[in-house]
Parts: sequence; structure tokens; C-alpha cells
Amino acid sequence: MKNKLFRILGITVLGMAMLTGCASGAGNAAANAGNAADGSAPAKTESSKIVAVGSTTVAVPMEELANKYKEIEPNVVVEVQGVGSSAGVKAAADGTADIGMVSRELKDSEQSDDLEVTTIAYDGIAIVVNPANGVENLTSEQVKGIFEGTITNWSEVGGADADIIVVTREDGSGTRSAFEEILGLQQEIDGKKVSSISQGALVAEGNGTIKATVASKEGSIGFVSLGFIDDTVKAISVNDVMPTVETVKNGEYSVSRPLLVITHKDGTQTTKDFLEFILGDEGQEIVSEKYISVK
Amino acid sequence: MDKVMKKVFWCFAALTMTVVAFMGVYIIANGLPFFKHTSLWAFLTGKNWMPSGEIFGIFPMLVASLYATIGAMVIAIIVGVSTAIVLVELLPAKLAALLSAAVDLLAGIPSVIYGFWGLMVVVPLINDLWGGKGAGSSLLAVIFILALMVLPTVIRMTEVSLRAVPNEYKEGALALGSSRLQYIFKVQLKAASSGTLAGIILAIGRALGETMAVILVAGNTALLPQSITDPVRTLTANIAIEMGYASGVHQQALFATGMVLFVLIIAINLAMHMLNTRTERRERRESKGKNTL
Repeated sequence: MKNKLFRILGITVLGMAMLTGCASGAGNAAANAGNAADGSAPAKTESSKIVAVGSTTVAVPMEELANKYKEIEPNVVVEVQGVGSSAGVKAAADGTADIGMVSRELKDSEQSDDLEVTTIAYDGIAIVVNPANGVENLTSEQVKGIFEGTITNWSEVGGADADIIVVTREDGSGTRSAFEEILGLQQEIDGKKVSSISQGALVAEGNGTIKATVASKEGSIGFVSLGFIDDTVKAISVNDVMPTVETVKNGEYSVSRPLLVITHKDGTQTTKDFLEFILGDEGQEIVSEKYISVK
Repeated sequence: MDKVMKKVFWCFAALTMTVVAFMGVYIIANGLPFFKHTSLWAFLTGKNWMPSGEIFGIFPMLVASLYATIGAMVIAIIVGVSTAIVLVELLPAKLAALLSAAVDLLAGIPSVIYGFWGLMVVVPLINDLWGGKGAGSSLLAVIFILALMVLPTVIRMTEVSLRAVPNEYKEGALALGSSRLQYIFKVQLKAASSGTLAGIILAIGRALGETMAVILVAGNTALLPQSITDPVRTLTANIAIEMGYASGVHQQALFATGMVLFVLIIAINLAMHMLNTRTERRERRESKGKNTL
């Protein structure tokens, strides 16, 4: 009985070893075939990879840029990881990523002579409320008051008599810090700039979760990147300006920020070519689908 | 053959141990430097969590995690043990099989589905019934979802240990004139207590560690809850929500949060284990005492 068990185990292990062996063999064959097909193209037979790490906001257009770039340069694979602006700066600085994606101005501590910063687009931050909410416009002072917790009822800003449920992004989020910076939602504690968004606010992780939360709670208010607005939530105008591509681009809409790409000065030529593509007509066209192009 | 396989198995066991050790060391190595910035005491008792100002106090989350776990366990134990008794002793075999299948189904649902269902159904329901600062996103919602999630563990472990009680006990108890309920509560449950306790420990671990479902229904406000309808943030949610964007001291603070969670779970397991061995020893002593009489 015992022996039989061992024999079965042994056979399984052997079988698995053979399978993996076969699989890698087949993979090699396929790779060879691929190379043979590309043989007509001069020199560039080896594929190269560009790793882009950082802000989830920038990751969205970056995926699309990567897909488009694959059509032009089939040998270049762009790998996009949306993990947050701070992680993006770090990855670009220590070389684990070729491109760092950032959706806010760089902090002083993050500036470095080795890094090149390129603005690839602008993003507006929209203030969103539940579609059932009657309020259409807020001044930036009112928005500030609501997020700081000094205005707590919708009737104070011309709405129905209902509690305001504030929904914010998590600490460290690029959208949140951009929002705080633009509206001056900051206070000083022990000489440090600290977020002054009410601690009683609900916290949702990511633009999508903010939208889902605001869509499901009638008295709620939150903020998302312009590119995330759809009909589950209602964007309201700030100082009588609606957040649209035009108003952010011409500077009328006040709650906006730059989208940055960070590269190392000693970056590869492949990365530089890709950056050129992003800033070119085709790249900017893709960016401008959701954000505001730099041109 | 025997010797070779023994070595192979030994290697796998060693691998598991190494991985666990590595994880522990990694968390501690990343979390410990944080206590140069904030003392352990200030970290554990601080009531403000403001990473942008480098103010790190996890007391509200510690409390939220404990409330949520205790609340969920009270519900899960009452409902779970009752369900197990019904399954083993009271229901006809066919119905029991049906209920058993339902329990298995409950255990197989991914946690994000629990969370999503909670967000779409439980949270609005709580808002309609009691309101609250988070419009339904609350400690109560967390307790309810967690109770539901750990229920299968409690039911299964209790059921298995109830079934393992030898039939002689039942025959003996009934022959001595006890009623069916008297037998269940005074004999069967007591004999099965060690297995039930093991189930409860497993369930506590899951409740304390659950993250995804909790994030969706908790509201994630890092303030001390004043009422059961207030939004809360648990320790696990704190790590998961902020890890993506954290850097520097903030990231270390999250690792330190992980360390606290790690220690908490180990402490609970140890306490339960000690409780278990002590009751077992006492029972053994008591039965020995009776024999000599």
C-alpha cells in the first residue's frame, strides 16, 4: 500500500517535470518562429521592455498609449503598474522602473538632478454628488468648508435639509493631495503641513470606490479625476464653472493638476522614443480622450 | 524509497517554516525602525491618524478591530453552535445534508462578494433603519458581514466534534434518564468543547484578519466609534487602504500596524490554547477524582 502510494507520487513528479520540460521547449520553438518571422526587420530582433510604475490616474492613459505603441513598435513591450504616485517616484529614482508616473507636483524631497520630469497632460478634479442631490454649484470656499467639516448640512449651501456625508480618498493618494493643495485644505500642526479634511469623513480607496460610495449614499459628496465621471454620479460646478476638458485647459476651472512622467537621465533610448511618442500627435490624441493634452 | 520520500516531505515542511519565518522577519525589520519616530506607547494609544502630518496613533483602529471581532464572534458562536446542534442531532438526514451544502456554499463565497453585497444591501438597510454618521457604513455592518463570513468555520468545527462524541455517551445519558436537550447541552457539547474552541480560534483569526469585505462596508474613518452605527477603520483596512501610496515613515507605520496585528493574533491563539489545555487537564483530574471515590 505504502509502496504504491510512493510510486504514484514518483510518477506524478516525473510527469510534471516532463510537462514543464515540454512546455519550455514549445515556448522556445514559438519564440524562434517569432524571431524568424521578424527576420526581415533589420537589427531589432530582440524585444525590449519598458516598465512604467506609479499613479493609478496616469496608468489609465498609459495602458492605452502602450497598446497603441505596440502597433508601431511590435518589439517594445510597455508594462504598466498603477500603484500610486509616491511609489512611482521611488521606482523611477531607484531604477526599478523606466518610467515613473505621478499625478501631482513633485515634493521637494522627491526632486533630484538625475530625474527628468515631463508633463504629459492636465487633469481636472471634479466634485461629485449623488444624482438625487439638488445642489448644482458650490464656491471653492463652500467646498473647503464641507470637506473641513464646518458645513455639515446641505441646507447651508442651498440644498435640502440633510446631513452631508463627506467621502475622501486615502491619505497619500495623488488625487487627494492635489485636491488639498488646490483648495488649501491644509493646516499646520507642529510646523508640518497636515491635511485638514475632516477626520470624520468616510475614506474610499480609489476613484472607482469613491464613485460607488457617492452613488449609493444620497447625502454624500466626493471628488474624482475628471476622467472617471459617468452618469452614476453628478459633477457640480465650482465657482460657476463646470469641470470639462475646455475649462481645465483654458484655466477657468480651478481644481486641476498636471500629470507627470519621470524618467532617469541615463534612461534607455527605447524609453526616450516612447516618451517622444507620448508627446507626439498620436500620443496626445490618446491622452486627450480622458485628460487634457499639453498642446 | 521510504527514506527518500521522508526527506522530500521533510524538505517541504522546512520550506513552510522558512517562509513563515521570513515573513515574520520582514514585517518586523520594516516595522521596527518606525518606533524611533513614534514610541510604541504613543503608537498604541494615540487617537489621531494623520499620515500627512506624520501623526500616527492606531488606538481607534485597535478598538474597532476588537469591537468588530468580538461582536462578530458573539453572533457567530450563538448562531453557529445552534446550527451545528440542529445539523447533528435534530434534523432528519436529508434536510441536514441540504443545510450542510448551504453552509459549504457560504464558506466558498469570496470575501469581496460578501463586501459588495454588504455595500449594496446591508449598508443601505442600516441607513434606512438607524441612519448614522456614515449613512450605513458602520461598525454594525462590519460585525454583521464578519459574523456571516466566520459562521461556516464555527458550524463545521462544532459539527465535526459533536459527531465525534462516542455513541456510548448518548446511550449512557439517555439510560440515566436525561432528556435529549439535557444530553446535548450537558454531555455532548461539553465532550466536544475542545473541537468547538479550535473552530472559534480559527474564526477569530479570520474575523481579525479579514480585509476586503471590511473595507467596503466600514466607511474607514479613523476615529474612535461613539456608537455602533459610526463608521470605523480596522487595523487590516488601514494597511490595505494606504499601502499603495505610502512612502517613508508612513509606510513604516503601516508595517508597524501589521506587527501589532501579528502579535495580537498570536496572543489570542496562545490564550485560547492555554485555556483549552487547562480545561482539559481539569476535566481529566475531576474524572480521576471521581474514579477513586
